[in-house]
Amino acid sequence: MKLPDAEKLCEQLVAELKPLIGPKSAMVGLYTGGAWLAERLHPLLAMQTPLGLMDIAFYRDDYAARGLKHDPKRTKIPFDVNGRELLLVDDVLYSGRTVRAAMNELFDYGRPASISLVVLADRGGRQLPICAQYVGAKVEVPAGMRLTLKRADNGKLALSMESERAT
Amino acid sequence: MQRNPQLNEKGELQHLLSTEGLPREILLQILDTAESFAGVTEREVKKVPLLRGKSVFNLFFEPSTRTRTTFEIAAKRLSADVINLNITVSSATKGESLLDTVANLSAMQADIFIVRHESSGAPFLIARHVKPHEHVINAGDGRHAHPTQGLLDLFTIRHYKKDFSRLTVAIVGDILHSRVARSLIHGLTTLGAPEVRVIGPQTLLPAGVEALGVRVFHDMRAGLADCDVVVMLRLQSERMRGALLPSAQEYFKHYGLTADKLALAKRDAIVMHPGPMNRGVEIDSSVADGPHSVILPQVTFGIAVRMAVMSIVAGN
Repeated sequence: MKLPDAEKLCEQLVAELKPLIGPKSAMVGLYTGGAWLAERLHPLLAMQTPLGLMDIAFYRDDYAARGLKHDPKRTKIPFDVNGRELLLVDDVLYSGRTVRAAMNELFDYGRPASISLVVLADRGGRQLPICAQYVGAKVEVPAGMRLTLKRADNGKLALSMESERAT
Repeated sequence: MQRNPQLNEKGELQHLLSTEGLPREILLQILDTAESFAGVTEREVKKVPLLRGKSVFNLFFEPSTRTRTTFEIAAKRLSADVINLNITVSSATKGESLLDTVANLSAMQADIFIVRHESSGAPFLIARHVKPHEHVINAGDGRHAHPTQGLLDLFTIRHYKKDFSRLTVAIVGDILHSRVARSLIHGLTTLGAPEVRVIGPQTLLPAGVEALGVRVFHDMRAGLADCDVVVMLRLQSERMRGALLPSAQEYFKHYGLTADKLALAKRDAIVMHPGPMNRGVEIDSSVADGPHSVILPQVTFGIAVRMAVMSIVAGN
């Protein structure tokens, strides 16, 4: 199956988001794929506030079953969250559990004016009442497969499909 | 071969009993996780929901303020419930055995036991008898080990010096009675610090200490030369009575850290101390409060390190 070109989706998202950026806007990318996407979008949108990066490891709902996985990254929110219009950025939207965890973590930093969700790809399969406001593409993913974002050494982004058992 | 009692069958950290024998990957996992928790402790809301619903029992058979308090803060920041037991006024004095005490707490649905005990090996004994979902963290046992202190020392060193591969670290003072020194030495050698020195009088160095991979110095000035990190140990006043040392003044003259002795170390050397410190015995106030001192940051880092240890063991 042919996957959409991640680079083209980035351009499309930039065009869509640009008119919305105002003085209160700020962006937070979710590790790892969402952080790559946010690092790409943030300068292209010429946002005033520095980029925030978040690892939701300490807010996951499957800690009891899976424990703490290796090497959680340090969340860095270099701006005051209170009153911000936040763009929350992730690579692939699936169950919605990561987004729920991210919103819980964000509210421990303050009370944003709003949160909008930006994703490169929506593969369906939601387990929570969560939807994205800005979606690069809807992608159908067969059962047992995982859709992920890869970043090449030259910084180029690409979507990739692999078996869930592969890792 | 017998399995390391701290690891489960998958090689993951189940209990933290000692830094001795812990693989490098696990030490690094703890330090990296602590780094992420250090971010949490700088926020306005210093809590994460990870250990919600878990009960942490602080089981201190020996007095402690700093360690017990930082464990308590760490557990609360992980949203656990913390129960502090003051054992000196509890069942132990009524004759209850250690394992009976633990079995009773287990019946109260404990998840994590933080244990400090004057007998070396007590946390190991408890770890052998707890249920599979229960975890034991050693908060200092006799002269044997104090792994979270060793880990927070490692975290502090990495914070200021970035990596271990070129460091010279000197540990000064009462090595013989120090569980802190032992835990730090094991950690440093596992993480590849090329030179670890111990400095102290013959009477305060354990026989055969070289076997731990350290260089021994009796002359403090020679031992401090070109060091990156100086770790001062507390001189326990009770050692004076045991004829190991002539007097506090005499000890300070030879092994107390003063500004002029510290000048022999590297210009950007850091000075550490696990506390509580005796000013004018092992360390001069001008050094303890001086620009090289990272003694208070050590305490702050200790919270993040203990959060990391608890959240890793409770998830395995």
